[in-house]
Amino acid sequence: MAGTPDRQLEHLLRRGGFGARPDELDFYSQMSINEIVDTLVGFQSIADDVDANIGKPGYLGTTTRGVFSPNSNITDARQRWVFRMVHSDRPLQEKMALFWHNHFATGYTKVAGTLGATEGARYMAAKASEDPGRVRGQIELFRDMALGNFRDLLLAVAKDTAMLVWLDGRTNTKAKPQENFAREIMELFTMGVGNYTEQDVYAGARVFTGWNLQRPGSAADGSQHYEFIYVPAQHDTAAKTFSFPIFSDGSKTIPARGQNDGMQDGIDFINALAGNPNTGRYLARKLFRFFVSEFREPDDSFVNRIAGVYQNSRYDMRVVMREVFLTPEFWDPSSYWARYSWPAEFVVRTLKDVGWSGFSADSTLTPLANMGQTLFDPPDVSGWDLGQSWFSSGSMLARMNFASTLAANQRVRLAANARDFSRTPQAFLSFFMSEIATPPVESSVVGEWSNYLTATGAWTGVQAQLESKSAGLVHLIAGSPEYQLQ
Amino acid sequence: MRITRRQFVKGGVAAFTVTFAAPEFLSDLARAQGGRSRNLVVLNLSGGNDALSMLVPYNDSFYYNRRPTIAIPAGQVLQIGSDSSNVALGLHPRLTGLKQIYDQGRLALIQRTGYENQSRSHFLGTDIWSTADVNNPQGNGWVGRYLDSLPSPVDALVGWNTAGSLPHVLQATRTAVPTIPNPGAYAFSSPNSGAEATAERNAAARIASHVPVNQPELAFVYENAAAAMATLGRVATVATYAPSLTYPNTGLGAALRAVAGAMFRGVGTKVFYVTTGGFDTHSGQNPNAANGAYFGLMATLNDALLAFYNDLKNQGLLDDTLVLSFSEFGRRISENGSQGTDHGAASTMIVTGGRISGGLFGTAPNLNTDPKNPTLENSNGDVHFETDFRSVYARVIDGWLGGDSVKLLGGDFRKASLTFV
Repeated sequence: MAGTPDRQLEHLLRRGGFGARPDELDFYSQMSINEIVDTLVGFQSIADDVDANIGKPGYLGTTTRGVFSPNSNITDARQRWVFRMVHSDRPLQEKMALFWHNHFATGYTKVAGTLGATEGARYMAAKASEDPGRVRGQIELFRDMALGNFRDLLLAVAKDTAMLVWLDGRTNTKAKPQENFAREIMELFTMGVGNYTEQDVYAGARVFTGWNLQRPGSAADGSQHYEFIYVPAQHDTAAKTFSFPIFSDGSKTIPARGQNDGMQDGIDFINALAGNPNTGRYLARKLFRFFVSEFREPDDSFVNRIAGVYQNSRYDMRVVMREVFLTPEFWDPSSYWARYSWPAEFVVRTLKDVGWSGFSADSTLTPLANMGQTLFDPPDVSGWDLGQSWFSSGSMLARMNFASTLAANQRVRLAANARDFSRTPQAFLSFFMSEIATPPVESSVVGEWSNYLTATGAWTGVQAQLESKSAGLVHLIAGSPEYQLQ
Repeated sequence: MRITRRQFVKGGVAAFTVTFAAPEFLSDLARAQGGRSRNLVVLNLSGGNDALSMLVPYNDSFYYNRRPTIAIPAGQVLQIGSDSSNVALGLHPRLTGLKQIYDQGRLALIQRTGYENQSRSHFLGTDIWSTADVNNPQGNGWVGRYLDSLPSPVDALVGWNTAGSLPHVLQATRTAVPTIPNPGAYAFSSPNSGAEATAERNAAARIASHVPVNQPELAFVYENAAAAMATLGRVATVATYAPSLTYPNTGLGAALRAVAGAMFRGVGTKVFYVTTGGFDTHSGQNPNAANGAYFGLMATLNDALLAFYNDLKNQGLLDDTLVLSFSEFGRRISENGSQGTDHGAASTMIVTGGRISGGLFGTAPNLNTDPKNPTLENSNGDVHFETDFRSVYARVIDGWLGGDSVKLLGGDFRKASLTFV
């Protein structure tokens, strides 16, 4: 079997995942690039049993306050997600979940403010198999449909409890249509701004009238929960006309329908948005910036190719993503390290590179907030401001300080790992530069790292020196500007 | 892609001349000679502020007809008189502090600010208000362009962003504005102590001052690291600031407390950015009950701004400060079925500070649904703008910052009637 050189393998795992644990490097390195891509996108054939390892020794820790409750406590839900990003053997599933979380950006704060903190965490993060009412939280929807059909995903999002609270669909009635969801499904979720009119927003709001919430189940056994319901009496049955085609014959009008058939309006509308040529191009550009490069714009050839695959596969994201990973653009040398890591990507890759044993996922949460990314709480429905917007002096300090905290925590293990390379400071530095990979670093910076190793005295290689210099050097490398790229 | 924003301004650096308006009082003259610099605090009311709940035309019967559940009763508003079109106006009942400032003549309310064909998108709207460029809102922010126009070298603390990430309004080509939401957390930590920690910090500072060759994307990260290392000491002094009064325990209160601290310590910042969100009141807007959503927004705004105003007054810094608010759009006039309001058009801007000539500027909309009503648009659904928002920016640039608004805004938006400063 043909193997894949580390340089390519690590590029692929940084983008298709969150970097690589040592065991992931071993697992994938014997495969060819095509085999790795097929394994990443075909993740459903790999067991999803990672959550069973939470709390076990050897894994990233969690901090519990009473009982660990990731289905009903948002702090614990965040810990579980960080744990999964580090330890899941389905890295692309978690990566896509993060992509969709930003794409359909829904904020816990508003859901919790409306339904209460416990319910808010539930609709964001509960696993259906662990919830008494079989509630599937939004992030679980994104995991289940991570590489599913985009039309089906749109429909599921339109019916998602957290989304119905977040964009106020729960209050959308025929007497007073609610425009929030209708606007954003066109502007942010599908076609993009500039491809719809204000009249489309008003008509779109009427399409979703009656797409509200009900609350079945019993309070006694905890199964009571909010879920989607179509309320025929609240649906506006009149025809709705748009500026773009709704049906394959080019018709722009959703016909008047009786109340009981009115839910078809929303399905017709979602079908039209999923199939609109602007949607494929919008997604192609967004996928390019997330998976390929944000240091250049995608050219028309890439956008049209990916949009074509999207259309020809009838919106199958598994086919689309396989294509993205096999494009020449993805493998072009200029795409290597051409992404600014999101805070979650930086934190998880640092854990994978530096180590996690004895460290708690809970200790990543405040640093993530200081870097500008609180999981389950994007700033607004357009998601986080990406790229250079992640960086400011304050967020850069937060990144450097996280590297410091983790390096301090891992110092004994780092020193032990480096013992075989401790004869000279040069060997010691080479070891850590290969452990914590960065894009090429200019010699003057390498010189500063090297100088640091002997700045407080001659190199002896004794245990105390190995510990302090391991931690200090890892802090400097993982906190370097270069390491913020991926 | 964000990167294009930083490459947008291709022209040379505009020449900067000090053109402060002539001081009106002797104390101002003394202050000007003392060399204290003026500050601009940009306040973003994020989400689209419902100006009709903040500044209420309480004698307009259409206001009550069109908002059957969320109108503020006439008897509840804080009356502040009538504007030049003889519309009686009142502040939201929770804005008692702003009323005090208004009564002192230091609060200006500029009604019906916006632009033609106003965007109802949060994101495009914010981009437009941030860049002051209606046609191509992808370039640098208007405040960023001002910072870029200052003479080199520009100090690393010339701007101070208190929000989580850099707002578009502060994006600049050659000025990296630091983000410092919490001065106390703005510190360099180390896994070691003593001499080891010092060696690490020295190495980090030397590395950060490095400029990578031909790698602008990486150089941008270096700039931020360098700005962090260069500002640690001064920000630490702000963290120990003891205000003259207690600020409210809100995000906005904490941000304005930090701003006051930076002014008091004289760290050299000219432009601050603060933001408070939650104005996207599509449902349950409830401006009347103490636990209502909009009531809470007004409480947050009022209490933080009043504390800031009085703290600066007590510290003798008020006359150096101008606070300018904006929001990406106003809201629909008629309430929706969720006791809320959807995205609308023109809105009201707030300007306050020790040198502000307060009062009501511009005229209120007439909420009559008559199709010929010129103050409305969108089939009388939304408020039509009267004052271009760039005219307000122009006044602040020319009359306060001493800049050249025609250059910075790419056109002549000056409007003589805006005499608030």
